[in-house]
Amino acid sequence: MHAEALSLAVRGVDVTGALAGALWSYWRRAPLQLVSVLVGLALATALWSGVQAINAEARASYDAAARTLGESQFDQLVPRVGKDLDQQVYLRLRRAGWQVSPVIEGRLPQGGPRVIGLEPLTAPGSLVPVTASDGTSTIDLASFLQGTLALAAPNEVRRMADATGLDVVAMPGVAAGIVVMDIGTAQKLLDRSARISRMVVSPNQPTKVLPLATIAPEVLVRAASDGSDVGQLTGSFHLNLTAFGLLSFIVGLFIVHGAVRLSFEQRRSLVRSLRAMGTPMRAVVVGMALEIVLLALIGGTSGIVLGYVLAGLLLPDVAATLDGLYGASVADQVQLRASWIVAGLGMALAGALAAAASGLWRIAHIPLLASARPQAWVGYGSRQMRGLAWISFVLLSASGLGLGFGSGLLMGFVGLACLLIGAALALPPLLQAGVGWFGRRSRSVLGQWFWADTAQQVPGLGLALMALMLATATNIGVSTMVSSFRLTFEAFLDQRLAPELFVQVETEAQSLAIEGLPVALVSEVLPLRSVEAHVMGEDATVFGVRVGKTYQQDWQLLSHVPDPWQAVQTGKGAVINEQLSYRLEIGAGDLLELMPGHSVSVAGIVADYGNPVGQVILEEDAFTALYSAPSPRRFGLRSHDPDALRRVLLSDIGLPAGAVTDQRQIKSFSLEVFDRTFSVTAALNVLTLGVAGFAMLMSLLTLGAQRLPQVAPVWAMGVTRRSLGWLELVRALALAGLTVVLALPLGLALAWVLLAVVNVEAFGWRLPFFLFPGAYLGLALAACLAAICAAAWPAWRMSHVPPAQLLKVFANDR
Amino acid sequence: MIARCLILVLSWIMAQGAAAQGFGGLGSAADGFAIPDPSYEMVFPKDHGPHPDFRIEWWYLTANLTGQDGASYGVQWTLFRSAFAPGSQRGWTSPQIWFSHAAATSANAHYVAERVARGGIGQAGVRAQPFEAWIDDWHLYGADFDTLKVTAQGDDFSYDLDLKTNSPLVLHGKNGYSVKSGQGQASHYYSQPAYDVSGQLELPSGTIKVTGHAWLDREWSSQPLASDQEGWDWFSITLDDGQRLMAFQLRSDGREPYTSATWIAADGAIRTYGDGQAAMVPIALSDVAGKTIPTGWHLILPDQGLDLNIKALNPYAWMEVSLPYWEGPVLVEGSHTGVGYLEMTGYQ
Repeated sequence: MHAEALSLAVRGVDVTGALAGALWSYWRRAPLQLVSVLVGLALATALWSGVQAINAEARASYDAAARTLGESQFDQLVPRVGKDLDQQVYLRLRRAGWQVSPVIEGRLPQGGPRVIGLEPLTAPGSLVPVTASDGTSTIDLASFLQGTLALAAPNEVRRMADATGLDVVAMPGVAAGIVVMDIGTAQKLLDRSARISRMVVSPNQPTKVLPLATIAPEVLVRAASDGSDVGQLTGSFHLNLTAFGLLSFIVGLFIVHGAVRLSFEQRRSLVRSLRAMGTPMRAVVVGMALEIVLLALIGGTSGIVLGYVLAGLLLPDVAATLDGLYGASVADQVQLRASWIVAGLGMALAGALAAAASGLWRIAHIPLLASARPQAWVGYGSRQMRGLAWISFVLLSASGLGLGFGSGLLMGFVGLACLLIGAALALPPLLQAGVGWFGRRSRSVLGQWFWADTAQQVPGLGLALMALMLATATNIGVSTMVSSFRLTFEAFLDQRLAPELFVQVETEAQSLAIEGLPVALVSEVLPLRSVEAHVMGEDATVFGVRVGKTYQQDWQLLSHVPDPWQAVQTGKGAVINEQLSYRLEIGAGDLLELMPGHSVSVAGIVADYGNPVGQVILEEDAFTALYSAPSPRRFGLRSHDPDALRRVLLSDIGLPAGAVTDQRQIKSFSLEVFDRTFSVTAALNVLTLGVAGFAMLMSLLTLGAQRLPQVAPVWAMGVTRRSLGWLELVRALALAGLTVVLALPLGLALAWVLLAVVNVEAFGWRLPFFLFPGAYLGLALAACLAAICAAAWPAWRMSHVPPAQLLKVFANDR
Repeated sequence: MIARCLILVLSWIMAQGAAAQGFGGLGSAADGFAIPDPSYEMVFPKDHGPHPDFRIEWWYLTANLTGQDGASYGVQWTLFRSAFAPGSQRGWTSPQIWFSHAAATSANAHYVAERVARGGIGQAGVRAQPFEAWIDDWHLYGADFDTLKVTAQGDDFSYDLDLKTNSPLVLHGKNGYSVKSGQGQASHYYSQPAYDVSGQLELPSGTIKVTGHAWLDREWSSQPLASDQEGWDWFSITLDDGQRLMAFQLRSDGREPYTSATWIAADGAIRTYGDGQAAMVPIALSDVAGKTIPTGWHLILPDQGLDLNIKALNPYAWMEVSLPYWEGPVLVEGSHTGVGYLEMTGYQ
């Protein structure tokens, strides 16, 4: 097969040309392997860059959304009743000195985009994306004010221009799905002349202004939220995706490693021939390294394109998830971002070179006269197996130490990587042991041959099986994490949104009227009062609550003393949130000093996702005894008939409609959209398994051709080709089954690290860990199915190998 | 934050002219807008109201006040109208933009606030009779132009002053046509320089009852500066003997400044002086907001035997607004004594 190279060399063609020709001739003769290397590289890059793309896109989008809406930064004035206000209310407030700015929002008919109309001259600066960082105008303000110009995200310019008929200018700060324009233009487009949706309140107000209630009784103040709840929850979701990206990177590395290593092993004879003919070793090594770089670039680039398509396919789901969950709008179109292109290519290059390093090292040290026989399937001898076991042991120990004693997010991720790679390296020795165990128990001759032959293939299939194990473990881990997240979130919603209605009152009389509602209508009145306080040096919100059935039944505590709510009710105990417990390093039963000389015991710890501030929950009398807070203005109301209760609140007590919130809708909506997270997770699950399956297919195909010398004697002794084919399939299933069994504990360990280490480091709260045996069984079956699919073609080829080819084995010198 | 928006408005206005030059773009061309007319006869009260066909216009009130504590104070209330196209119309599409500055100054403190509003929706505007100029809750109004009330408030100060006069209006330049450069740039410009003031100032230190006098300038144009003029130094001075002086110079790069002055005798008689007849020379510099600003001046008007040393009551009266400038009360010594206001723009 090296005739070409030889003849070139003989004819005195320069070394470089001959070398390139020789290296290329190998790939021409082994196109399948070329495809395997390229596809392996491409798939690994695609998975990684796809996840990165989704992540980057979603992050950029919700940042922009938060900026455009500015909900979190400023107080807002919203209509007490109805969905909009007369513009005169705005003028009345301005003429009274109130520094407010009008906003109109609405959707264009027929599923058109969301329109936000702003008044750029009065809007707080950060709301209006009309200035560049240097303060110069980046748009024609006159056109903006005159209503011919609007702003949209860069990739939506044309769509928004079509939808609005305006000149639309790209403005990176604008959130996806939103077109920003002057308020006058928006009023006209939405056909809501002289109406406004709400007003943004500037943080700086003049010294003397009349109270809002006097000037504009038709508005309610919606206080600025600190925005951290959205940021934290979305942050947590993105961390999940980032973790998934890291895992897919490692899976990808194994696949690339497998493909590249194989190509090196199989070219030992070629290298020996080249060396024998006088090609300098340096030239061979450099040539092969360059070849790998070229392959990595081709594979990586195709992978990025693939990842782009993948992200494009998955993004609508991610967008829907984030949009619904957190109200953050995400562009449903992916933009190619330099960051993830570079990261993707870098990964392909690093992965390929890392995989090639050992190959190149061996090539560089190949003895000139050593056997040129390909050794791919011989792989590791018992010495190498022991080596692998040792490395794995070191990595796993490092991981255990890092996760157990280290701190910080980086340590969490490093620990995670050590755990994964360590476990992967442990796989071949473990499989070898497992297969050996079966072999020793096998009574039939064929059975013993089967297990012995399987054991011999473990090294060759090792990398593919590692990839399969990592993929399965990753899927188990991520599924556990996402499902745990969902259960927790559901419980959290149940707990926090337990009261059917939330009511905001403005007068003492209304407050008393609420307290006096008949029990038939309201089963429980839960006044909500709070003060901001310092507790043992930490900022915290202290709540005064009325302990009743709701708290006792609906609040699940992470840890607690016996009868926790009883302790709270008597005023001797307090429930604190998890964040505060971590920060103060106190747990259930410990003392919490609320004020100098006044301590209560911690009765329980409650999960409080997405809240950066500590919380202390006291019984209302204990609360009023300690803090001077006004009588309650907010209530949670439990009722069997919320609709009737709502009517009574509006008509009898005279509350404005805007002051009564129906929590059931919020809850059901939140849960419904959360379920969409699963479709993303499921899609990524299928993809990782698919990639791992492909790696296995390529390994099996490569091995199949070389294994004829082993199979031919068995065939000659009477085992039919058909049976041999079936045995191939069974072998793949057996190896995959063993691998999956080993993947389960790894996956669970992975999930534990993500939930209990990484999440705590990143957000300060721990996600509870739930087990989902049904889901694991499904994933295990899927992994086995992937293995069977991968083995199907090689098995079919085995059952159809021409007898002449099997006979040839005996004709050759072996 | 409003500052950033206003910079936008102003930089936009600047960009409108073919030659975007001079302070605040006031030196740029006046396409489409009305041009000041030397034969124009001012008619009152109509001309107290806005002239939307001109690009810029202002109602500019400054007051030199003395508190019950004997200390000197200054107060500024200014409403600017700036249009990106001539004409007015109702609704958000009006091309008129209003912005306003209010300030209160003592010898050692200076408080500033700014407001911006769109025309056409009623948030800001001016009506000639009965006179009313407003933006948000800032107000300058009265039954007629001789009896006014002025109010404004910021985050940390507010004032409420009554203004009264029975002096006639002063038309600057030629019958109110005030030339601003050798190339003929001009504006329509008149003043009421002689209001008696009483009222109160609220500063972080407390409420202060004040009395004194105020000067109200009215000016409108479409291109008051020549394209090479960089800024101006403008003085309004009330001498203790009841005589008054308005003097300004427009500075150009590499050329003598263009000067103009109006002398108002105690009986209200007017004498106007064209370019070169008055001279204004800096004699003291202060580092203000990272810039070197002349806060002491030598002003001479030989024809009136006037030789004044003028110094800022508070050298740090920097108006930190979207387009910053220096404006504050001054103390006058030399051949005459008195008080006044100084505005300086275009210093880098």
